[in-house]
Amino acid sequence: MARLSLHHLDKLFGTHAAVHDLTLDVRDGELMCLLGPSGCGKTTTLRMIGGFTAPDAGDIRINDQSIVSLPPERRPTAMVFQRYNLWPHMTVTNNIAFGLKVRRLPGAEIEEKVRKTLALVGLPGAARKYPHQLSGGEQQRVAVARALVLEPQILLLDEPFSNLDARLRVHMREEVKQLQRKIGITTVFVTHDQEEALTIADRIAVLQGGILQQVDTPSALYAHPRTLFVADFIGTMNLLPARTLAAGRMLEAGSWRLAIPEGRLSDGTEVTLAVRPEDLVVDAEGATVRIRRVVNLGHYLQVLIDSPTTGTLRMFTDKGGAFAEGQDVRLRIARALAFCGPEVVEVGGPMRASVASPAPHP
Amino acid sequence: MSGGWYWAVGGLRRAVALGAFCALAAFILGPLLTLILWAVAGSWLFPSLLPEFSLKWWVYVLGNSDVTKAIKMSFLSAPVATLLSAVLCIPAAYAFARLEFPGRRALLLSFLSANAFPKIGLYISIATLFYRLNLMDTFAGVVLIQLVNTLLFMIWIPTGTFRGINRNLEEAARDVGAGPLRTFFQITLPIALPGIIVALLFAFLAAFDEAQGTLIVGTPNHMTMPVLMYTLVLSYPQPVGAVFSVLLSLPSLVFLLLAQRYLRAGYLAAGYAL
Repeated sequence: MARLSLHHLDKLFGTHAAVHDLTLDVRDGELMCLLGPSGCGKTTTLRMIGGFTAPDAGDIRINDQSIVSLPPERRPTAMVFQRYNLWPHMTVTNNIAFGLKVRRLPGAEIEEKVRKTLALVGLPGAARKYPHQLSGGEQQRVAVARALVLEPQILLLDEPFSNLDARLRVHMREEVKQLQRKIGITTVFVTHDQEEALTIADRIAVLQGGILQQVDTPSALYAHPRTLFVADFIGTMNLLPARTLAAGRMLEAGSWRLAIPEGRLSDGTEVTLAVRPEDLVVDAEGATVRIRRVVNLGHYLQVLIDSPTTGTLRMFTDKGGAFAEGQDVRLRIARALAFCGPEVVEVGGPMRASVASPAPHP
Repeated sequence: MSGGWYWAVGGLRRAVALGAFCALAAFILGPLLTLILWAVAGSWLFPSLLPEFSLKWWVYVLGNSDVTKAIKMSFLSAPVATLLSAVLCIPAAYAFARLEFPGRRALLLSFLSANAFPKIGLYISIATLFYRLNLMDTFAGVVLIQLVNTLLFMIWIPTGTFRGINRNLEEAARDVGAGPLRTFFQITLPIALPGIIVALLFAFLAAFDEAQGTLIVGTPNHMTMPVLMYTLVLSYPQPVGAVFSVLLSLPSLVFLLLAQRYLRAGYLAAGYAL
């Protein structure tokens, strides 16, 4: 049982704020991903939790007990680094047993724990090997074993698979997810790979420029991004300039017109419209655009379209429709988000491009 | 037949390469071979091609009390100076490698200063200081003067080695519960061992080979082997010098053989980085 909470954490590197006013709660047994581009402060945050970087302000608590003043060796956290994890002069057994020896456990107990943990990470035969005799994936498994053998309250993973090839990376993250579920350990996982975050996280905390943008489940983050950064960073997104018309009840983006449900924006406001590629749908009454390129991605098509007023847009569609390069097609925006400063308004619905002005419904 | 020219040229190339190799080997090993021949020569006069074998000069050299005293002195002072140097310099090297402090670069470069200028001036001023401190003609004085020669190696090579060790390895040890000291002795130091052994080797040779300073500080009762060498070469027949040279080379040879498994490619050069 371990809850982790970060309270208003601040970290400055020189005059540059690496992390600013970060408050985040990680629930017991949850796998929380810290996601963001490089330099967003995610690794700094993880290092503050592990005790390798001291925050300039704020508090870190595990089960409501502050650990912020403890050195790393006295924190109930265990970290798996990106690389250079294992001590090259020790065998796998000694790497895993080191922390247990520091704790002065009896030899037989150490042996038993090492054996069990190696079996847990699927490397029962590697006990006597040296790190350089293992593959990259095996080394990271041993690193996970070394962290887990101490039965920490919080497991910290700092892009642990980014040095592995793509296939192995996918395999390893599934394994780690299953392992994490099995032992139910509270985990903080740092990654810059949104696909990795979306597949393994219970919740994702998106950071940018040291500031927490949004914390949500993967599906909520995808469907309801609360900032333009999150909208653009998670998944694929088309961003279009748009402006409001008709007393703020309608949005015009290129030749598309979309209804604004509650009239929350005033007339003549410039907004950025975010449209998922799958929300562009073929509709006989939609706006006409030209297909520039069709890419067959196996189970779906990616269609790049040129719109005279909004530039290139990306559309995902199943293979049912007939799409040919150079052909004109009529498209409708099924759903979109309008970003105006801090305001987000969901727009879309039945309004057609051909409708010149919002006609009152009968 | 086509391709024949290739074999002709290839053969020529190989012959040239072999010739160059032999010339280089003769250039490097020739003097050593002569030295060994002289060391076991009873007499070696024209027109005989090889000397007449004899160990009489060995008996003579090892029977000389000045010589045995100098050998004892050398084999005592050089290891003490090397170990003292290691104890002083390895923590300093770790600080140079891991901490950023004002003047770090300047301090690191200052260790070059003892080797950058003719040392005789330095030794004279050290000698004046030693007079005041009653260190002239003492064992401690000789060890200190040898220590000066080891500093460069014992600081620079371990600094480079420590820098090459990724911090994650140390942080991982802290993470599983080891304090800073345990982390240093059980993680950092063993990983740095090859570099440190190279530093020890160089430092030992620097201390063992030191003659100028020891001559000034150690006369007349604290003479080491290299100091005595001057006297021997000037006032005894040639084989005595040769015997003595072989004796002087023995410790390095033994050290090299013992350390060779650590002396993999790259380690010897790896240390030199600021």
